Amino acid sequence: MTLAQENTTAPAINFECETGNYHTFCPISCVAWLYQKIEDSFFLVIGTKTCGYFLQNAMGVMIFAEPRYAMAELEEGDISAQLKDYNELKRLCDQIKRDRNPSVIVWIGTCTTEIIKMDLEGIAPKLEAEIGIPIVVARANGLDYAFTQGEDTVLASMANRCPTKAENKENKQEPNGIQKLLNFGKKQPEKIENEYKEHPPFVLFGSLPDPVVTNLTLELKKQGIKVDGWLPEKRYTELPVIEEGYYVAGVNPFLSRTATTLMRRRKCKLIGAPFPIGPDGTRAWIEKICSVFGIKPQGLEEREAQIWENLQDYVDLIKGKSVFFMGDNLLEVSLARFLIRCGMTVQEIGIPYMDKRYQKGELDFLAQTCQEMGVKIPTIVEKPDNYNQLQRIKELQPDLVITGMAHANPLEARGISTKWSVEFTFAQIHGFTNARDILELVTRPLRRNNNLKDLGWSKLIKEEAKV
Amino acid sequence: MKLAYWMYAGPAHIGTLRIASSFKNVHAIMHAPLGDDYFNVMRSMLERERDFTPVTASIVDRNVLARGSQEKVIDNIVRKDQEESPDLIVLTPTCTSSILQEDLQNFVSRAQLNSKGDVMLADVNHYRYNELQAADRTLAQIVKFYIEKAQKKGDISTTRTPHPSVNIIGISTLGFHNHHDCRELKKLMADLGIEINLIIPDKATVEELKTLPQAWFNLLPYRELGLATAEYLQTQFDQPFVDITPMGVVETARCIRKIQEVLTAKGAEVDYEDFIEHQTLYVSESAWFSRSIDCQNLTGKKAVVFGDNTHAASMTKILVREMGINVVLAGTYCKYDEDWFRREVSEYCDNILVSEDNGEIGDAIARLEPSAIFGTQMERHVGKRLNIPCGVIAAPIHIQNFPIGYRPFLGYEGTNQITDLIYNSFTLGMEDHLLEIFGGHDTKEVITKGISADSDLFWDKEAQGELNKVPGFVRGKVKRNTEKFARDRGFEQITLEVMYAAKEAVGA
Repeated sequence: MTLAQENTTAPAINFECETGNYHTFCPISCVAWLYQKIEDSFFLVIGTKTCGYFLQNAMGVMIFAEPRYAMAELEEGDISAQLKDYNELKRLCDQIKRDRNPSVIVWIGTCTTEIIKMDLEGIAPKLEAEIGIPIVVARANGLDYAFTQGEDTVLASMANRCPTKAENKENKQEPNGIQKLLNFGKKQPEKIENEYKEHPPFVLFGSLPDPVVTNLTLELKKQGIKVDGWLPEKRYTELPVIEEGYYVAGVNPFLSRTATTLMRRRKCKLIGAPFPIGPDGTRAWIEKICSVFGIKPQGLEEREAQIWENLQDYVDLIKGKSVFFMGDNLLEVSLARFLIRCGMTVQEIGIPYMDKRYQKGELDFLAQTCQEMGVKIPTIVEKPDNYNQLQRIKELQPDLVITGMAHANPLEARGISTKWSVEFTFAQIHGFTNARDILELVTRPLRRNNNLKDLGWSKLIKEEAKV
Repeated sequence: MKLAYWMYAGPAHIGTLRIASSFKNVHAIMHAPLGDDYFNVMRSMLERERDFTPVTASIVDRNVLARGSQEKVIDNIVRKDQEESPDLIVLTPTCTSSILQEDLQNFVSRAQLNSKGDVMLADVNHYRYNELQAADRTLAQIVKFYIEKAQKKGDISTTRTPHPSVNIIGISTLGFHNHHDCRELKKLMADLGIEINLIIPDKATVEELKTLPQAWFNLLPYRELGLATAEYLQTQFDQPFVDITPMGVVETARCIRKIQEVLTAKGAEVDYEDFIEHQTLYVSESAWFSRSIDCQNLTGKKAVVFGDNTHAASMTKILVREMGINVVLAGTYCKYDEDWFRREVSEYCDNILVSEDNGEIGDAIARLEPSAIFGTQMERHVGKRLNIPCGVIAAPIHIQNFPIGYRPFLGYEGTNQITDLIYNSFTLGMEDHLLEIFGGHDTKEVITKGISADSDLFWDKEAQGELNKVPGFVRGKVKRNTEKFARDRGFEQITLEVMYAAKEAVGA
């Protein structure tokens, strides 16, 4: 699956699997960041009031900013098939076309459409032909997926829509600036030639805020690596060309379906690397890409060292402290690995789902980091059971619990510091530059504690009677 | 299928969970896919709850879809029974489980065999009821269950308490200012010499429910929650109820007089008239406020009211009857209880709007251009966009609507809070007046001519200058009205004369 030679010296990691009774966001939440990322898209979530209620509350103030998303709220007639799905969807999509005129409508299938077996994949091509707007179907439902995996299902569907060179030429007679850039390496200008080294076309996948995209692209450019496109781009109409033999790399740990689709359907080669989270991760990510392209990385060691130096004040705060990941967004392994490098001990890595193949680079890097830092490799608990975890937390009394909002306030009231995990999904955490932002988040409860430590009110509940 | 961007009332299971988690030592288990336990986040965040929300999910995943839940739900119930020993476990269906059509009642019966606590299936259909209706039904269901249980065991206490006493029904978690209202009602009852028998569902235990019949009467502060329970108790135990929301000076007095009537009928000798007068004149500042010159400046100002039945109806009456404000539109999203709302407000407002579509309300507000809006968080944002102030009076609400400070909407302190809310929402009277005389704070506008750039009509220099003197928050409206007037009459240029003519004609 991966191309580079594996590091096999690290000790084995212990994996466990619990009951799956844990709290996380529904994967339809991905519309919140994807509609902002893909500027000409419209997301239509086909579900019930429950889905709508979740989105409305989880997205907070965003909901008032005329978002380019809506619910197709199923009524009793839809459930009992008294209404024809095709006609109903056509009516709504016509309305969306009229009001917003998007370049793509993304249908998000939900639990309900799964259960009543609404054939979204079947209806979409017909309707697409009729209304003249591409319709991408992603089944981001709570029956199968957790939180960030929603993005994975959307990007996997989009991967199938990425043009080939032939299609792209056909669509765009006069290639614009971006197109020129995309086509580079095939037949195009020589003057950039010296900036980049010779390597096969290379596309990155994963939705990141634009400043982070620019940042990572420039980091690779410093190594002479040219990023020929991102899945997704800022606009649906700018999806990158993907052809057989292209190289691809993921920027986030939850993109395993997208990776699989790119490999199997688009015949790309996946570079399996650790993820560019933390300066250690970013360096390992770049090095792995370089190694695949046979490029000798320049100045990475110094760059990493310099970043660490700038982080020193935050590292001092957390060194030697313990952290417990309850698990809800699949960033857990990468974050744990970075925090171990910062000198923390990780007591447990809870994670909704563990793709050991897609995350192999990251898992190996975790083991290696633990070895180098002289700490025990934490157990990775897949599909955790929140109740059991709370018992373990009570026992272990970690210095920091990274958890969802359902548990954060109750834990704080019991004197356990928490960091709300969802913030890691929305903050900019990738690349060298953003390493400080991760620690900003991680240290916030600890800094708050330092400010309040003499007040004597860290525990704010009456002692629970043991039943 | 319905295209929807926003909803006022949540799905049914939210109502059931609000009831279950309001009680002490009651646990709810949702039969739901991963991610549907968002209720826990809301309760933990909005109410800043220190305790873990007693709601867990029995996860519906792919396997359940293929093979059915089988033992899973039962195991989860029995496990929770052992872990936390709740008095009651409420199995809560969601939209997903509704269409799976598994025999949840059968799971409940089987789980009951191995559980020490009681187990019950919440009887709510997801596609027929919303959050509010489901909450009302679930509360009634739980009350009925424990009354019948006590009747069977023979330890129900139907003897009335020696002194007049009351059950307060309808205080629940995630309710709009419910905890403050509860405190205010307790104080009011104490002032009236009425003992509190039981408050439900808030912090009550299910064991206490069998004492409900001891109270002389039931008080229902909110239209949406408790009616089914009160009606049940009335038929079972001939227990009367008072369902007048004590919100606003007039309605609070009416509520108290009704209580007096109920108690007198039961043989108590009570006369609350002196109390009402004292409170009205000296404790509540609201009556005095309505006489003061501040409130005079609000006379005839236009307002739009929208919310749930209880708050929108009460607010409309307060604005019109107690402050002389002109409510041009009163609306509710409680479509299922539409008739009640129409009866309550029809004589107080120009128009009534019953709708669950936020777009419809937004458009109405834009059309009517009120001076202030009293609505939900959605209307607050509409107001922001249109530059119209808004006071939030009903759910859906955000974290800032769960204040730490004491902010009841009910009772005499409630009248004070509402007065502040109303007064602060309208631009302060004198300031408004002075701005009109002196042409506003934003004198920068006078030297820019950009204001008319987006219109096809030409404003001459003098007229433009005059327009710039109009205070910022009504300037757009004056401009639109003047231009409409000019267009209607075929003027191409707007002069001072046209402006004045427009003002005289349409009050621009």
